[in-house]
Amino acid sequence: MHLRLLGVLLVLSFGVAACGGGSTPPAGTPATQEPSAAPTATVDPATAATVAGKITLEGTPPANAPIRMNADPACVAANKTPQTQETFVSEAGGLGNVFVYVQSGLTGSFPAPTTPLVFDQQACRYHPHVFGVQVGQPIEVVNSDATLHNIHATPKTNAEFNTAQPIKGMKTTHTFTAKEADVVVPFKCDVHGWMNAFAGVLDHPYFAVSKPDGSFSIPNLPPGSYTLAAWHEKLGTQTLQVTVAAKESKADANFTFKAAAGAN
Amino acid sequence: MWLHRYAKLVSAATVLLIVAGGLVTSTGSGLAVPDWPTSYGWNMFTFPMKHMVGGIFYEHGHRLIASGVGFLTIVLAFWIWRAERRRWMRMLGLMALGSVCLQGALGGITVLYFLPTAVSTAHAGLAQIFFCMTVAIALFTSPGWTAPKYSPADDHLLRLVATTTTAFIYLQIIVGATMRHSEAGLAIPDFPLVFGGIFPPEWTPQIAIHYAHRVGALIVMLAIAATVGHVWFHHAQRSELRKPALALACLVLAQVTLGAFVIWSEKNVAINTAHVVVGALTLASSLVLTLRSHQVRFSDRAARPMGVQTPALTASEARA
Repeated sequence: MHLRLLGVLLVLSFGVAACGGGSTPPAGTPATQEPSAAPTATVDPATAATVAGKITLEGTPPANAPIRMNADPACVAANKTPQTQETFVSEAGGLGNVFVYVQSGLTGSFPAPTTPLVFDQQACRYHPHVFGVQVGQPIEVVNSDATLHNIHATPKTNAEFNTAQPIKGMKTTHTFTAKEADVVVPFKCDVHGWMNAFAGVLDHPYFAVSKPDGSFSIPNLPPGSYTLAAWHEKLGTQTLQVTVAAKESKADANFTFKAAAGAN
Repeated sequence: MWLHRYAKLVSAATVLLIVAGGLVTSTGSGLAVPDWPTSYGWNMFTFPMKHMVGGIFYEHGHRLIASGVGFLTIVLAFWIWRAERRRWMRMLGLMALGSVCLQGALGGITVLYFLPTAVSTAHAGLAQIFFCMTVAIALFTSPGWTAPKYSPADDHLLRLVATTTTAFIYLQIIVGATMRHSEAGLAIPDFPLVFGGIFPPEWTPQIAIHYAHRVGALIVMLAIAATVGHVWFHHAQRSELRKPALALACLVLAQVTLGAFVIWSEKNVAINTAHVVVGALTLASSLVLTLRSHQVRFSDRAARPMGVQTPALTASEARA
């Protein structure tokens, strides 16, 4: 009898182990995230620095392309005013929707936030249009529209995906598992050709998206020398060398883009 | 006669399917329905019409028309199997059915794997082959083929030049499909010049495939000129050759003009799609001319009952 019980327990334990029951990751940790070889970096709040600056757009901002939504009555109904693309968002000489990030100079690895980043489809537009996400951080894609969307991401390093969201309120979670070689991953909706967005995928949390006035701030940065990069969907990438001392608040990490370069 | 009419209907439906497929690519809607064979989780045939919006209209519409053509082809293959005495015609019917099934599978695979160039190009290439099969079936079941009132031409040179032209047109369509599915349609942005000259100042895979398509257009035009010229000078009295030759000449001129306007309009959807469809019609015209140039070889088999062996007729006998 005891032998039979022992046999049953052995079979059960083998089955559980074979199903991966013994290696369930803790809640909130993406199962597909690769362990990093670099040691986890710790940032001392007492010495952490901040890099801030402004993205300036030199010249008259090119007009954003108008959007015709008449291919989908639900999109027309959701937008009472004529819509344009968000390529150039500019206030007071600044340039918004620029993804600013630390390109090099960091050491160690940085644990990804477990809080999902919400990426919404509302009124047949993506919100936000440009955002940053850390490798391993879940992205919660939400369909807030009364129409069908497909979420089609075309990364170079991570796996391409194309997900259907036919029902309002539907949520889907995606997680990038590797740092993107080109940093920025385009998103598009093939149903509504005007819908596009860009995600900067990095293995650290030191990034920001500029506001319409061009201002940005990257806090909690360990003291050191870094290459800062600023990426715009039409105007390309610029870099800047910055050095911050302990507790320093550097406010002159400025970039200037020429509007004429995006006129075509 | 009814089989011939039905085969023409299948050919016409296939043209409509090529229009729909061209629109899918021209509007960039290939992935507007991410799943296959379902559509956003619905069975393809129960997908609500109210959701046929934006890119879904083109992609799902293409799937529905493809299903319709598939059904028509099943009936066609069955009809041929029952009505035809020519064994090779039965085989042709089955091959058409196999092609349309494979075509559907390729369409699904290219969606599920995010439109890889090789699969999408194969999908476009097989579409042309299937269309050619339906056109050939319509021709082979026509009264002009089964009971011709004329003696078929027996011209070796015509057979050679027409067959070569058809092969060139098909290759040109494959190059064009490769260009189309590798986003190289505007890799060379000016026309008729190439970056202001004759040759590209630099070579990338996209520029190379685009340039190959332009060179291919020149070769095809020369080949068609040779074929049409041969018909014009040697068989002008034969309406069965003159008509497809005239159609071929008109279509290739329209096709080159459309190609130019694809560049000048920066891939206007209607022009881009028309370029795909006229390409298919050009191929079909050349195929009809080619098959008619070979008709004399089929003459002995035209009305032979299945299973009855008869000696092959010589060309002079066929004319008699």
